[in-house]
Amino acid sequence: MILQVQNVSKRFGGLRALENISFEVREGEIFGVIGPNGAGKTTLFNVINGVYPPQEGQIFFRGQNITGLPPYRIARAGIARTHQIMRPLGELTVRENVTVGACFGRESLSLGAAATVADEVLTFVGLGGKAGVLASKLNAAEKKRLELARALAARPSLLLLDEVLAGLNPNEVADMLAAIRSIRDNGVTIVMIEHLMHAVMQLSDRVFVLDHGAQVSEGTPQVISVHPKVVEAYLGDPKLAQRLLEGLE
Amino acid sequence: MSALRTPFFWGLLVLLGGVGLLPILNGSDSMREDIFLVLMLVILASSINIIMGYTGYVSFGHIVFFGLGGYVAFYLMLNHQVHFVPAAVVGGIVSSLIAFLLGIPVLRLRGAYFALATIGINEVVRSFVTNFDPFGGATGMFFNYEVYNGYGGSKNALWYAYYAILVVALLCAVSSLLIKKSRFGLGLLAIREDQDAAQVLGIDPARSKVLVYTISAFFPGLAGAIFFFKNGIIEPGPAFDLLRSIEALVMVMLGGYGTVAGPIVGAAVYEQLRAFLITNSTFSSFHLFVAGFLLLLIVLFVTAGLVGWLRQRAPRLRRYLE
Amino acid sequence: MNIDALSASIVDGLMIGFIYGLAAMGLTLIFGVMRVVNLAHGPVIAVGMFAVLLLAQNLGLNPYLGLVIVMLLGLATGIGMYFIAVHRVIDAPELTTLLATFSVNLMIIGIGTVLFSTSPRALDVSLGSVRTGAVTILGTKLVADLIAVIATVGLYYFLYRTRAGKSVRAVANNRAAAELMGINSTWILALSFGIGIALAMGSGSLLATLFSFTILSGTVYEVKSFVIVVLGGLGNPVGALLGGIVIGLLEGLATISPLPVGWVPVIEFGVFVIILLVRPTGLFGAR
Ligand SMILES: Nc1ncnc2c1ncn2[C@@H]1O[C@H](COP(=O)(O)OP(=O)(O)O)[C@@H](O)[C@H]1O
Ligand SMILES: [Mg+2]
Repeated sequence: MILQVQNVSKRFGGLRALENISFEVREGEIFGVIGPNGAGKTTLFNVINGVYPPQEGQIFFRGQNITGLPPYRIARAGIARTHQIMRPLGELTVRENVTVGACFGRESLSLGAAATVADEVLTFVGLGGKAGVLASKLNAAEKKRLELARALAARPSLLLLDEVLAGLNPNEVADMLAAIRSIRDNGVTIVMIEHLMHAVMQLSDRVFVLDHGAQVSEGTPQVISVHPKVVEAYLGDPKLAQRLLEGLE
Repeated sequence: MSALRTPFFWGLLVLLGGVGLLPILNGSDSMREDIFLVLMLVILASSINIIMGYTGYVSFGHIVFFGLGGYVAFYLMLNHQVHFVPAAVVGGIVSSLIAFLLGIPVLRLRGAYFALATIGINEVVRSFVTNFDPFGGATGMFFNYEVYNGYGGSKNALWYAYYAILVVALLCAVSSLLIKKSRFGLGLLAIREDQDAAQVLGIDPARSKVLVYTISAFFPGLAGAIFFFKNGIIEPGPAFDLLRSIEALVMVMLGGYGTVAGPIVGAAVYEQLRAFLITNSTFSSFHLFVAGFLLLLIVLFVTAGLVGWLRQRAPRLRRYLE
Repeated sequence: MNIDALSASIVDGLMIGFIYGLAAMGLTLIFGVMRVVNLAHGPVIAVGMFAVLLLAQNLGLNPYLGLVIVMLLGLATGIGMYFIAVHRVIDAPELTTLLATFSVNLMIIGIGTVLFSTSPRALDVSLGSVRTGAVTILGTKLVADLIAVIATVGLYYFLYRTRAGKSVRAVANNRAAAELMGINSTWILALSFGIGIALAMGSGSLLATLFSFTILSGTVYEVKSFVIVVLGGLGNPVGALLGGIVIGLLEGLATISPLPVGWVPVIEFGVFVIILLVRPTGLFGAR
């Protein structure tokens, strides 16, 4: 088990953003997280990577208790993430942004080694030509890729992706899906939050469903897409579920 | 340390060192005094830039470290007959130590709150020193001329002070470059851009900020020690003069926030400008107004400062102009 | 320590505290609405002092009538200042607005020194005095306090009962959301800046009826205003009034305490830094 989330709860004032959440992620899998807007998906990532400590429950990364550690300790332990609302370091160049990820990530590289990694990763995500541009000058799709590049440069063993497909056109989505697969094939475990159903269903080994901070269901895409509660509460349209399932094979 | 092999590094050394050698070569006292002042301002502006330009923390009251270094060194020279070089080093170290201790709580504040807190700290220290008898209270401390006898008379002492400020200015500029071009410096820039994102990327902001604040207090401490040694008298007002702090911020903005060369250029240009305005008959009585007006123009229209503007305009220059 | 001296110093401190509070209110209003620390605050207070003096000397205007005109002038000046020096950089990092307002500070001091030199001036007003027991209260102080209270109440009436005032609060809360509701945030920001400057100039006029002054006198009140504003919570006008009273009382009591007067600023600024650290929302802040 690379990640174990046990009975985690997080409240903002009276709002229950996460209520008694438990799941486990296996080494090397792609684990999808779905749920309507405001379900608590991003909050789940924030709790895992230490932005907020959970009020209850515990989180283990490779058997080590990381609950309540600050984000930089968790990053150095080998968990990297992207942000749904992109956070480029605007006045730094694209290459510098990614170098930061490599320098301070799991491998704590020196500046020179980090720059090499940065160039590799930038080529991989297709931003090689923009390395010298200020990050604030990128468009939204490029900023998404920068988020991914920065996280990858840390050489994480667990990668948390928060809606990296949102706002991309179909070609860009196809590219990104291929990239995510290849990242996993390189041995990185991935937890991905996604709204594009067909993408999650195609890519994930298992899917976890959140609604209003509560855990609705968890299972393989086949099981999830016909789960009555999911179909009713989330997918809404049973025919869509059927099509998704057909799209799987 | 690859920063030490860049053309910029050598250019910096040659230019700053070259200007610094001028009065030594021609032995002119007035030129020495002028350049002493510019070098001192270079130190203040560069130090402020290290915390403000690299890390984004506006240390408005940074002058407090200048005053502290000055007072500590002066006290040692006057009451314990310590030679001015070790006294200055102790002054710098005490400034750094105090920055370290203050930095731990104060650097948790963000934005305007931090800026206000640094003003407050300067005022606390200034009013404390004004009442602190070992430091001479409101009237301060002053040397008898005998103190300078240890340095071959007061005329020689002025030259010693000049060599010292030149060395410190070079050290400060080189440190500024080394920090900016290091892994540590990259972390600082990330904090400046987005502290929370930096933290998610693996940077420990609290540690980096306290460390850089400690470094940025060292050089003003040395500069204060040297300045008041040369002056022969130290009083709370001039030692903790908030206006000088703000002027140093203006120099940083004028030259270019976050660049290595910016504060140096800014200090030189500002001082020239000020001297021109004060001595020019049309402007002399309006020099404050003109200074304010120019500052406003820079803040509104050339936010990146002179060096920043050049770097934006001519990206090819970037290799030579950090 | 005798009771008479104690009550006299308490009353004295209290009286001056209201005016300190009024002086700080403009600063805190501007910060609360647009997160700008106005470093021209002190010179603006000084301009208020000289404006009321000039109106009295040249037009023979009664200072309290002059005050009204000065505040209207302040409103216009503030709106102008906002568009010239602040609007372009309103969304830039703090340093930029700090320096922009500081440049205005330099310009005012620059012109002011040329026009008025730095020799002290005084406004000639006397309203007699009230005596109760050992405590004597100057009529001018009493009137100044009354005006400070009226100004505070007026500000609250404006902020909570008028349309424009509600817009100011909406913009202070969340500018983007206010704009979505159809509020023209640029004008609201300019208006708030104008009111902040009007309050500062008004407090300057009142101070001019009490003490002699120079063009540099504002600086003292600016620094005091920082302390007061932090004490009361940055952005909280009533907090500023309460903070002013606390500082006034502290200064009043210090005159009779065994502590040498020189230590008062050490305590004031010490409290200032400590409050910023442990309770940045101020002593009277909501959260
Ligand atoms: N920092 C915060 N403070 C208060 N409420 C928050 C905060 N972050 C998220 N929330 C609330 O928690 C709920 C879950 O949000 P989020 O995790 O972003 O949902 P999702 O990513 O599933 O769309 C929402 O109602 C959101 O408003
Ligand atoms: Mg989300």
